[in-house]
Amino acid sequence: MKSPWLVIRSQKVPFSFRVDRRVPTVLIILAMVTLVAMIISVSYGEYYVPPLATIQSILGLDSGNSDYAFIIRTLRLPRTLVAFCVGIGLAIAGTITQGITHNPLASPGIIGVNSGAALAAVTLLIVFPSVSSAWLPVVAFLGGLSVAILIYLFAWKGGSSPVRLILVGIGLNFIAGSLTSFMITFGNINNVSQAMVWLIGSVYRRSWEQLLMLLPWLVIFGLLALVMARELNALSLGDEVARGLGNRIERQRGILLITSIALASASVATAGSIGFVGLMSPHISRKLVGATQEGQLPTAAMIGGMLVVLADLAGRMLFAPTELPCGLITSAIGAPFFIYLLIRKR
Amino acid sequence: MGLAVGVLILLLCVVGNLALGVSDIPLAEVYRAFVAYDGSTEHLIIRTIRLPRSLIATFVGAALAVAGAIMQGLTRNPVASPGILGVTAGASLAVVITTFLLNAESLGFYVWFAFIGAAITAIGVYFLGSLGPGGLTPINLTIAGAALTEFLSSITSGILIVSQQTLDQVRFWLAGSLAGRDLDLFWQVLPYFILGLLLALGLGRQLTMLSLGEDVAKGLGQRTIFVKITAAVSVVLLAGASVAIAGPIIFIGLIIPHITRALIGVDYRWLLPYAAIFGAIFLLLADLAARLLFQPQEIPVGLVMPLIGAPFFIHLVRSQVKR
Repeated sequence: MKSPWLVIRSQKVPFSFRVDRRVPTVLIILAMVTLVAMIISVSYGEYYVPPLATIQSILGLDSGNSDYAFIIRTLRLPRTLVAFCVGIGLAIAGTITQGITHNPLASPGIIGVNSGAALAAVTLLIVFPSVSSAWLPVVAFLGGLSVAILIYLFAWKGGSSPVRLILVGIGLNFIAGSLTSFMITFGNINNVSQAMVWLIGSVYRRSWEQLLMLLPWLVIFGLLALVMARELNALSLGDEVARGLGNRIERQRGILLITSIALASASVATAGSIGFVGLMSPHISRKLVGATQEGQLPTAAMIGGMLVVLADLAGRMLFAPTELPCGLITSAIGAPFFIYLLIRKR
Repeated sequence: MGLAVGVLILLLCVVGNLALGVSDIPLAEVYRAFVAYDGSTEHLIIRTIRLPRSLIATFVGAALAVAGAIMQGLTRNPVASPGILGVTAGASLAVVITTFLLNAESLGFYVWFAFIGAAITAIGVYFLGSLGPGGLTPINLTIAGAALTEFLSSITSGILIVSQQTLDQVRFWLAGSLAGRDLDLFWQVLPYFILGLLLALGLGRQLTMLSLGEDVAKGLGQRTIFVKITAAVSVVLLAGASVAIAGPIIFIGLIIPHITRALIGVDYRWLLPYAAIFGAIFLLLADLAARLLFQPQEIPVGLVMPLIGAPFFIHLVRSQVKR
């Protein structure tokens, strides 16, 4: 019988990678679905562009209509790519958080990334509406990062404790949330409306600049996550087992936590708190390729990217011409999905 | 003994809330407003504005704290709060839909829709939770509650994004406030508060057993299903009535039980009454701060509470949680 594992091992670099045989097939299928969804997403809109012309424009070929190139390449393509990348970031961050806390309900929100980014972004949108929106991702990123760091510092007392981390997180999330609501309650109503869209998560009008700001984080920390996949495997079996396998758990958990925070902050900063992607993707990918992290991480990433691209497309099509933010769609789909998970385990 | 001191402090807070405000009223005048009402502006303020407000703060604070303590005991989850049952999300959605469809903007109207929304959601969470493996376990309840809360909130956000007018009308209510509630409103929800509190306090012994784990409680001869259902009814009454009259404030329900447990211990016969008193005191003080901090502009008390309570809570976590 063929072994269910696929091993990639290099003779020169000390690196080996062992994944389930299902992984390549699953990844290729997911990639194809995503690609088709992206092409539909880019050609769909108020100004319809035929799919063939869309592909020609993306590849830089002459499609016979100068408007097409502008609409596709400047307006629609970056938006869809941002959706894809944000989904990847959230999914990897979610997989890591669920792995290190052994908690199927964990998401980077626990460690304050979302509430911090929300506070910073809403402050900018409501209190300083005149500041260029180019600053929005930067400010939100810093906000998410600082609240996450604050929680870690306040919870540190001669060592990190998961329980303390969660409880301190609740306290600080409440403070950030209260300040955010404060501005929502008293701010100028037009700015508040804008802030609400940001809060639920949207890729509306995202541009190449924002994509380029997000990419380095995604590449660096996404690769780091893949490299750390084996350690994450051990940690997800529990502290005792991990220690028994010779892992330095505090250090490895620290690195993984930072990876997760960085990916989540960068994603949330770019597109707001798109709900449930970080929670759903790991569960779906576990169903598809089994529980080892080497296979789960890339699969979850692909699923996350696909989910956000599809959600963005659905949000634009459902009540056209009114556009719903993609975060609304992912939450509306994600919650019943969770109930389904709950009932089916019976 | 401790309870008596607690009640005394509570009374002091009530008197403080009656006397202090945008215009300070001397204590003697406060007293006369009750025994020798003469219709002057001061007396009018006390009897029609500050008295209802203090009474509501007392009962809402007590109710939410007790409901939170019960939830944390039932689910054995420190993160549980009445919000886990979806009551706040359900009440918010009901109020937002009412405003969106009927364009209604009266607190008396909100109360009933919020209460109904909260109750239906809580029942839904219980139903969905009981469908999971092993029946109504704490983890099933938590998952069902979290999922339903997220779902309802996303619909709420959707409506608020589509209709700016609705957003403008309900955003103050959504922050959670005690402003503008009159005695009529209070009388309407009082029966639910009293029934819920009586049920909860009667359950103290049973809850202590249950918080040790379902098997222990069963071994001690408890009919756990009966206790769980009674506790759930009590939580729905208390949290539903609170959210209905004060808007979606859950901070008290999450934090006060922790603080009470740290100070009093884990025996629910004592934990519940103390939580009630602490909750009431906390909400009275927070409401006072909400009225006085940025005079004459008043801040919704739901926004003030975390700013006062969370730092204290974090300090407590640091000193109490050893591992």
